Amino acid sequence: MSELTDLTVAEIRDGFRAGDFSAREVAEAFNKNVAAAKALNAFIVETPEKALEAAGAADRAKAAGEALKPLSGVPIGMKDLFCTEGVQTTAASHMLEGFTPTYESTVSGKLWAAGAGMLGKLNLDQFAMGSSNETSYFGNVISPWRRARKDGGGGDNAALAPGGSSGGSSSAIAARLCPAATGTDTGGSIRQPAAFTGISGIKPTYGRCSRWGIVAFASSLDQAGPMARTVRDNAILLETMAGFDPKDSTSLDLAVPQWEAHLSSDLKGKKVGIPREYRPDGLNAEIAALWDRGIEWLKDAGAEVVDVSLPHTKYALPTYYIIAPAEASSNLARYDGVRYGQRNLPDGAGLQDMYAATRALGFGPEVKRRIMIGTYVLSAGFYDAYYTQAQKVRALIARDFEQAFEKCDLLLTPTAPSASFALGEKQADPLAMYLNDVFTVPASLAGLPAMAVPGGLDAQGLPLGLQIIGKALDEQTVLNAGLAIEERAGFTARPDKWW
Amino acid sequence: MTETAYRIQGATGEWEVVIGLEVHAQVTSEAKLFSGAATAFGAEPNTQVSLVDAAMPGMLPVPNRECIRQAVRTGMAIEAKINKWSRFDRKNYFYADLPQGYQISQLYHPLVGEGAIEISLDDKNPDAVTKRIGIERIHVEQDAGKLMHDQHPTRSYVDLNRSGVALMEIVSKPDMRSPAEAGAYLSKLRTILRYVGSCDGNMDQGSMRADVNVSVRKPGEEFGTRTETKNVNSVRFVMAVVEHEANRQVDVLEAGGKIVQETRLYDPDRNETRSMRSKEDAHDYRYFPDPDLLPLELDDAFLEECRQSLPELPDAKRQRYEQDLGLSAYNAATLTADADTARWFEALLAEGARIQKKSESEVAKASANWLLSELYGALNRLGKSLESSPVGPEEGAELLALIADGTISGTIAKQVFEIMLETGDRAPKIVEEKGLKQTSDTGAIEAAVAKVLADNGDKVEQYKAGKEALFGFFVGQTMKAMQGKANPQVVNELIKKALG
Amino acid sequence: MSIDLQTVKKIASLSRISVTDAEAEAMVPELNNILGWVEQLGEVDVTGVEPMTAVIPNKLRLRDDVVTDGDVRDKVLANAPQAEHGFFAVPKVIE
Ligand SMILES: [Mg+2]
Ligand SMILES: [Zn+2]
Repeated sequence: MSELTDLTVAEIRDGFRAGDFSAREVAEAFNKNVAAAKALNAFIVETPEKALEAAGAADRAKAAGEALKPLSGVPIGMKDLFCTEGVQTTAASHMLEGFTPTYESTVSGKLWAAGAGMLGKLNLDQFAMGSSNETSYFGNVISPWRRARKDGGGGDNAALAPGGSSGGSSSAIAARLCPAATGTDTGGSIRQPAAFTGISGIKPTYGRCSRWGIVAFASSLDQAGPMARTVRDNAILLETMAGFDPKDSTSLDLAVPQWEAHLSSDLKGKKVGIPREYRPDGLNAEIAALWDRGIEWLKDAGAEVVDVSLPHTKYALPTYYIIAPAEASSNLARYDGVRYGQRNLPDGAGLQDMYAATRALGFGPEVKRRIMIGTYVLSAGFYDAYYTQAQKVRALIARDFEQAFEKCDLLLTPTAPSASFALGEKQADPLAMYLNDVFTVPASLAGLPAMAVPGGLDAQGLPLGLQIIGKALDEQTVLNAGLAIEERAGFTARPDKWW
Repeated sequence: MTETAYRIQGATGEWEVVIGLEVHAQVTSEAKLFSGAATAFGAEPNTQVSLVDAAMPGMLPVPNRECIRQAVRTGMAIEAKINKWSRFDRKNYFYADLPQGYQISQLYHPLVGEGAIEISLDDKNPDAVTKRIGIERIHVEQDAGKLMHDQHPTRSYVDLNRSGVALMEIVSKPDMRSPAEAGAYLSKLRTILRYVGSCDGNMDQGSMRADVNVSVRKPGEEFGTRTETKNVNSVRFVMAVVEHEANRQVDVLEAGGKIVQETRLYDPDRNETRSMRSKEDAHDYRYFPDPDLLPLELDDAFLEECRQSLPELPDAKRQRYEQDLGLSAYNAATLTADADTARWFEALLAEGARIQKKSESEVAKASANWLLSELYGALNRLGKSLESSPVGPEEGAELLALIADGTISGTIAKQVFEIMLETGDRAPKIVEEKGLKQTSDTGAIEAAVAKVLADNGDKVEQYKAGKEALFGFFVGQTMKAMQGKANPQVVNELIKKALG
Repeated sequence: MSIDLQTVKKIASLSRISVTDAEAEAMVPELNNILGWVEQLGEVDVTGVEPMTAVIPNKLRLRDDVVTDGDVRDKVLANAPQAEHGFFAVPKVIE
């Protein structure tokens, strides 16, 4: 038998049920890997005792012959954007250092109720703002991948970005520190880090997963979703994470489908749209080649391929960079040093001075930048030109998708315009960093389900991902297409352990 | 229907004052607008606060149906347009009583559109001078928390119990032209809210407070620059603010100055308004639709229920009291000025009609007079309100029935009422036990009359000589001899007969 | 629309983020870059287009008027930098 930490969620779940190993053995194995991977800086807080506690409960239940829960015996990582009762929750910001929620987010609560155990709180870009995990107050997360690891040619030991904002999640999964983890995706924060690290992740339809208890970035875009190494694992986790929550007014009051049971890589009768606007001049040749392979794989799975157009694609990023900062500027106004988190009270400061000093101290540069952009675009005289215009363009982007979906059932695109890059490489230019999300942002703006699956390695030996975008509520087709690619890509590459 | 225009006499001539009110009325509900925490007044600090109200990370708002319903009913009561599609916006600013850093309110698409309220400017004759005051809109929003400044030398304390309580902001048009109109508008609005049951109108507890917008102009000219005096919490103070602020503005303008658009505070102790420290960015609230909430869409069934549940409103009730019950305009206005009074009166009326087997209109006048003079007099004396009245509508109706069927006289009724107030006993029991029944026994009355005339022979002479006013004296003496229990009509007849 | 140092300071003040002169100066080109880039949206013809209100068709639900929460002062104050006598404490505010 291979190492326990190499198993997928499904394998752990089933092996535990079959009595191949105990839940405690699994938890201990992952705890050990977590403890040995400080160099990746994937965790802000490690909670081995929580993992063991859940494992103990699972083992006792099994010994007593009690019914097991869907995730009994499975330990996972929790992105530190989900509020966890009694465990520090920071959103990777100094602002919330030391903040211990007295409540549990709906999604994390569902996972624990389903028997999962928590290995720890995963690092991320501060307030989920970033695409490389370089904005965390608790330090950069390092990707376990390194360039050109196999042939040695042109390789280096540069620390690479695990993607962002769910970079702690992607790095930890790729490095086998946890079999799966939660992510959140506002403009690509599940999909892009999944692509950078050779794993899968799905952002469900907006409203599938409750936002209650997740530190908010941009309310109309934020969605939680799972990240794992296989499509099946994503289906398993999403079934637990999704579901109606009366505490979230934007939650969809719909039953959760049995995605795992209905997984099928047979795409006969399905039409795959290839949006021509996603192939701009200058698209990375390796990415373009992978995309072509992806098209062939889906054809091989029985799908018919059609050309479609999403004419407003080029406006998606600028639209996003108005709407997300605008919502964030307001969502982050609550961090004022009064009720929780850091307070900076200079001598003789009044209330408003305290706010300004606290926020100057607590927020990192990227967070400040986005708050200021958001404040500006909402301010008197500019609101219509920026925000209203952006919401209109957003409506056009959503309409593009609707029209495309009259001709097809799903869309196939690259996940990101490049493979992972070295930490620091794009730090100086925020705009260059924002371009990472060029392929993921449109689906976020339209609230559509979208998934990243690994397709292969580039010449430097770094993973590249493909993205599948589905119709609203049609996660099943997205997962099925993901499975078809997974089966054909045969992606088994993993980073060599250097940490 | 004209009123003498209210004018301020300045050195340069007459000035007209223009007033608009923004009234914040706390919506009557058990729980807050967006959270399940209680709204009751006077709780220990921060005990009626949910994690949502404290704006903990990741907390989200879910709207309370009753708050929306009450605002819709209020809109219907002022004949306003109800917007079936509305939405909530965020008003962003930083303050210690505002945990989210924004207030959830409605700017772009309010729940209730234009309506109007009719005010009366003559208490004695409510129909004589009336005026329609336009309402611009009613929107629903969250209240803020409370800051205490006097508990620590260098700190302010924050209590979030009120944070998130539902408010209706009722915005008038700049249609008022005098302190009296502003006062009448606020009173009338309060009356309507209390009738509808959407706000308890307790101004001393802050359930209703007004932002008073005042400007002045020379009659016929364009509107002047206005000031907004915040959170004025009584009708009297609103009138004082208008008067003070209008005069201040006239003084400033006549001295060659300019009015600055600003927010001001009213100091009731000094009866003056003063400028609040204006912050340069105070007006940049960066309103935008709250992305945590979807548009609010109301269906016909919801609106129909709101409409069906509306009670008879004060103007309709007043007219009915005048036309159907035959009450004087003044009495009708007084009885309908407050929902509780009208409710008490109607219970008295219903019970009276039932006991006396008469129609309500037949017992209405006597009931109204008794309530407004006897009962109100007694309550005033006792320092009580109708709500805490020791005598209820049923007991009152019993007393009135005893007068109506001649069991007791009006004079005895006053005595009986006093005993009711003191002992809590009911009128029939008191009359029975104390033997206060009025007598029409002619024999006994004849004897009493004979004795009175015999004892006052001189007065009989004077009467017969033409001093007819003495008749009342003989009646009084006879009634006294009968201890008030004689039927006054019989007494009159028998004295007339005896005097030949 | 290009923003200057004074505008950056004004935005920082509106955002309640204190900035040094050097920080503000560094932000001028940064913010101008980003704003200049997002302004390309101006070229999109949006005639007759309503701004998006809900990404996925969904209706606002209303909850019943029942007290289901509150009475959790300890939880509310648990993370407060300064709590006294059941209140949050802040520097004295002069109104
Ligand atoms: Mg106001
Ligand atoms: Zn208001």
